[in-house]
Amino acid sequence: MTIKGKAYIAGAFEHPTRKAADKSVALLHAECAKGALADAGLTMADVDGYFCAGDAPGMGPLSMLDYMNLRVRHADSTDTGGSSYLLHVAHAAEAIALGKCSVALITLAGRPRSEGMATGTAPRPGNPAQPDIPFEFPYGPTVVNMYAMCAMRHMHEYGTTSEQLAWIKVAASHHAQHNPNAMLRDVVTVKDVVESPIVASPLHRLDCCVISDGGGALVVVAPEVMKSLGRPRVKIIGAGEAPKGQLGGDVDLTFSGARWSGPRAFAEAGVKPADIQYASIYDSFTITVLIQIEDLGFCAKGEGGRFVADGNLISGTGKLPFNTDGGGLCNNHPANRGGMTKVIEAVRQLRAEAHPAVQVRNCTLALAHGTGGSLGTRHGSATLILERE
Amino acid sequence: MEERKLPLPEPSPETAQYWEAAKQGRLLVRRCTECGRAHYYPRPLCPFCCSDKTEWQTASGGGTIYSFSVMQRAPVPYAIAYVTLDEGTTMMTNIVDCDFAAIRIGMRVRLVFKPREGGAPLPMFTPA
Repeated sequence: MTIKGKAYIAGAFEHPTRKAADKSVALLHAECAKGALADAGLTMADVDGYFCAGDAPGMGPLSMLDYMNLRVRHADSTDTGGSSYLLHVAHAAEAIALGKCSVALITLAGRPRSEGMATGTAPRPGNPAQPDIPFEFPYGPTVVNMYAMCAMRHMHEYGTTSEQLAWIKVAASHHAQHNPNAMLRDVVTVKDVVESPIVASPLHRLDCCVISDGGGALVVVAPEVMKSLGRPRVKIIGAGEAPKGQLGGDVDLTFSGARWSGPRAFAEAGVKPADIQYASIYDSFTITVLIQIEDLGFCAKGEGGRFVADGNLISGTGKLPFNTDGGGLCNNHPANRGGMTKVIEAVRQLRAEAHPAVQVRNCTLALAHGTGGSLGTRHGSATLILERE
Repeated sequence: MEERKLPLPEPSPETAQYWEAAKQGRLLVRRCTECGRAHYYPRPLCPFCCSDKTEWQTASGGGTIYSFSVMQRAPVPYAIAYVTLDEGTTMMTNIVDCDFAAIRIGMRVRLVFKPREGGAPLPMFTPA
């Protein structure tokens, strides 16, 4: 049994806002839903499956289903942080393949910027019943210092440099200059990145993603629905997921769950990393991109620094055009969860609807990958491979 | 330098002994007598073989820094780290009482306890 060819992404919508002090999280979810359904040529009445994660206010999917007055026959609120939405696409395809629904809506929204959230720098207490809390929280783990420890170890084992990491931000900024909605549109240099203040060593301010309000939504449909819509067909051909933690105390920060989720997705799709023309790679931090690129097999473990340097991720000049919307590093990281926008930009590329300056020519095969939670402790990894039919 | 206030989350019933030992200046790790492996953080069921034959072992207090990061953007900067204990398992901790700029991966460290208001002190490490 496979999901290959069993479902399509028919609708995608990225909310244009980056600051939404005047809107509730529920309204942002609903606006995203409306936008993605309109993009697909469908309405709320067509939706029979709904997917959301922890950013959706209420118990699992219940409040948002009620708010949008959706009458679904399938719902799933699996939460693996920012990777949830890639996983939801795969789970929606599974549900569609089994006949459990035929039009699945996935939404994400949040407003950490308006709420003044110190996303990366303030330790968050989490749920007190979480078994790791007494052994970690008192030491001050933050989002940034956990990823910083991965960078520090990678540098130690493989000689990766801050300058190499900086190239990832440079590439994202080259793409963001063409995105009118991007939070950071100025092109930056390696020097700009490494001279920006250290937040948590060895990561600088410009190694970090933006904090933005907003959201996005996707509509995943059955083949027969796709045929009726007359929209460009973005077919789901492979998916893989893999959580990773501290391995019982055998901590290894040099790799992510992508080492396991990537090969699963490639095997299902029947393609190789070298076949991928465009990649959306989760970019909470520069180091996130580098480790995932290695784990997904775009280069060997330890070669990531050399691979990303010298503009190799810049569309038009590099071998692996990535995050052509500017990614989380420059464009948008709504609700502190970047998986949704990763899928949306991959869909744009496959439909040839990306900005002409960053559009990959004849783009028919794309990958989207997300990491959610923390690379330094425990995280979910989800890989999707999409094909333009 | 200003002192960092250390939070005090509620321990689980099965790890109460860990915190009692901390009050006496001892760091406990949990070891499985079935597969022989130590793990961290401590659990009654071994995460490697799921055996319930696990027991407390007092750590020697020696370790090696696996990775670290100095949190500069904080009211009081601090160094967070993973330290691989001589018992073979790796724990999250802080590196304290030293020049943060001199911290290196691979550095030998030794156990120290830092007090917390209203509860057990926290195991941390300082260069050996």
